[in-house]
Amino acid sequence: MTVADLGLLQASATRHVQRKKIATLAVPAVILLYLTYIFFAFELPGLAGRARLDNAAILLSDAVSYKTHVTRDSRSGDIEVAIEGERKGTYPGGMRPDWMTTDGNTTIIDLGGEEVVTLLPDNAFTLSLPGYPLIEASLVNGRVTSNQPGDAPDWISQSGTRLGITTPHGRVTLTRTKTEVFHYQPGWELFFFTLDSPYFGHGPLALAFGPQLDANRSNLTGVWQDFWSNRMWRHSDVVWAIGETILMAFLGTFGAAMIALPLAFLAARNFTPLRIVRFGFRRVFDFVRGVDALIWTIMLSRAFGPGPLTGALAILVTDTGSFGKIFSEALENVDDKQIEGIASTGASTVQRYRFGVIPQVTPVLLSQALYFLESNTRSATIIGAITGGGIGLLLTQAMQTQKDWEEVTYYIILIVLMVMVMDTISGWLRRKLIKGE
Amino acid sequence: MTFADPDRRSGIQDGYLALVARRRLYGGLTLLIFVLLMSSGFVIADGRNAGGFWSGLSQLGDFPAGVISEAWQKRTQLPAHMLTYFPALLETINIAAVSTLLGALFGLVLSLLSTRGLALWPRLTPLFRRIMDIMRAVPEIVIALVLIFVMGGGPVPAMIAIAFHTSGALGKLFSEVSENADLKPVEGLSSVGANWSQRMLLGVLPQVAPNYLSYALLRFEINIRASAILGFVGAGGIGYELKNAMSWGQGKFDEAAAIFLLLFGTIVVFDQLSSIVRNRLTKGAAL
Repeated sequence: MTVADLGLLQASATRHVQRKKIATLAVPAVILLYLTYIFFAFELPGLAGRARLDNAAILLSDAVSYKTHVTRDSRSGDIEVAIEGERKGTYPGGMRPDWMTTDGNTTIIDLGGEEVVTLLPDNAFTLSLPGYPLIEASLVNGRVTSNQPGDAPDWISQSGTRLGITTPHGRVTLTRTKTEVFHYQPGWELFFFTLDSPYFGHGPLALAFGPQLDANRSNLTGVWQDFWSNRMWRHSDVVWAIGETILMAFLGTFGAAMIALPLAFLAARNFTPLRIVRFGFRRVFDFVRGVDALIWTIMLSRAFGPGPLTGALAILVTDTGSFGKIFSEALENVDDKQIEGIASTGASTVQRYRFGVIPQVTPVLLSQALYFLESNTRSATIIGAITGGGIGLLLTQAMQTQKDWEEVTYYIILIVLMVMVMDTISGWLRRKLIKGE
Repeated sequence: MTFADPDRRSGIQDGYLALVARRRLYGGLTLLIFVLLMSSGFVIADGRNAGGFWSGLSQLGDFPAGVISEAWQKRTQLPAHMLTYFPALLETINIAAVSTLLGALFGLVLSLLSTRGLALWPRLTPLFRRIMDIMRAVPEIVIALVLIFVMGGGPVPAMIAIAFHTSGALGKLFSEVSENADLKPVEGLSSVGANWSQRMLLGVLPQVAPNYLSYALLRFEINIRASAILGFVGAGGIGYELKNAMSWGQGKFDEAAAIFLLLFGTIVVFDQLSSIVRNRLTKGAAL
């Protein structure tokens, strides 16, 4: 090697290092520049103003607690107690929660934290709070009046028609038509039984070993029936919805694999010598993949209506393209020697494929199908939200009402569990079927 | 071994045939269960669907025909529509790009923290693995819907939702790659007193960067689709415009057709681009 050569080598090495130096600086700089662009393109500076943090607070507190409405009608004086203010959560006549006591014409509601509301006759009430003078309010000639001054603290809002008091543990509202008290408690109320069930309020031990509560059915069947038909949490609907979502993923994935396998032979170089056929099928796969699940879902739901079948077909069509591509690549990589070996024993074409090709590609095919099943369980959730089927639909419905956040939380937990269980099952099947463990 | 011994030979033969018969029986039973599951699943899905399969099949062509005929009638307006919806398309692509970028960065950190031999706190590797599992398991729509409620519609909820899922998904793939990384450069660096981030940046990343990049590109393809579909449930971008055009129905099908074409073109272009780049990355050729 001459000195000139060495000089050239050194120069090229220096250039190389220089280029790398520039690249190490340029890449983060480009990323930073792009993120700055996004910062303004996505209007992030205005986001703080648009974000509804009170919504976030409602969501978080409502997810782990529930409220009971105590409503007194101003005209009749009747008091109704309903969980979340819903008809299906209404306490039947004579049944009252233990934080509420009635004595003649007065009703005492203990909100917790030494906050006590006393509902007095003639549409009056008092609210005693620790460290604050007793609040008295009543309805006089159709006007809301109270002992609060005009410059009351901001957790009290009052006008001639409405008085609202928000305390750390609840809320009291007095309007011309009704007095309403919100009582907050932690937990998911009525998760097992609604109030009209005879099993409400009994512990698991009492139900398992205690006396028979309903004369017509044994405790075990009764517990199951009342739990399954719980109108508040709709356990049977939820289980069906999860079943639908898994069904969509299962039918779609394996249906696609079954359709894609024969087509993949037609798109593989070593099985289809005709170039034009190969090219045609490859473009079909590309087209089907390119159209994307979203467009297929919209198109199919126009024809088949909402439901799990539509979702399954949308997954099936999209994945036929993906599987066709993957399978044909796997088929192009098969070892010809095995096929020749089978052919040398005088096997027919079908036998050559059955014993020479299929055993070679089965592991790839199966593992891909199972991977797709996993990710399709997630896709089926979102497709269900669009077509209207499965747990995705229940989730969007619960979100849209914007009040049943405990149900939203419940569905989210179930969805995450469902995906994790499907991941585990498919991982177990992959190990079992492919590695033969 | 005495293969000449006829008793012995027939014993082996019988054993083999019994084995084959049992294998066939198991295979046949698995197939039978699979066929039963598929057909009963189809019947259940068909029963719970609003429209039946066979009646729907005959209407399958109606919607595309309606869209195509309307788009053809107003074909002169198609380029104008495409121009109108281009900003929305750009937003969808931007959502995908940012969320892939952020997801890859978080995934990178998570993967290095959860790889044996590289982790900063080796005892915490199972914890970081679990975190990644949970992040992967949360479907994007769940986070997107919750964030839309808090932040209002727009690209940010979709971005965060996709980035969250991407961190978990890429983190797992990244950690599988870095498990196979050569530890010698890391040891060399630690012998000269490099700290953890220097060891990772200078010792591990150069080895795994091509594979990481190729996985990130693959994820970018997936995320374009995800961001389009999230737009449909209210998170901005082209999906949102598509939803508006679709809910209008007949009369705006030409706009829907323009959006279909834009979306289709984008997906195909980015698929092709990323597959070219990935081929070069994995085969080691210069870009």
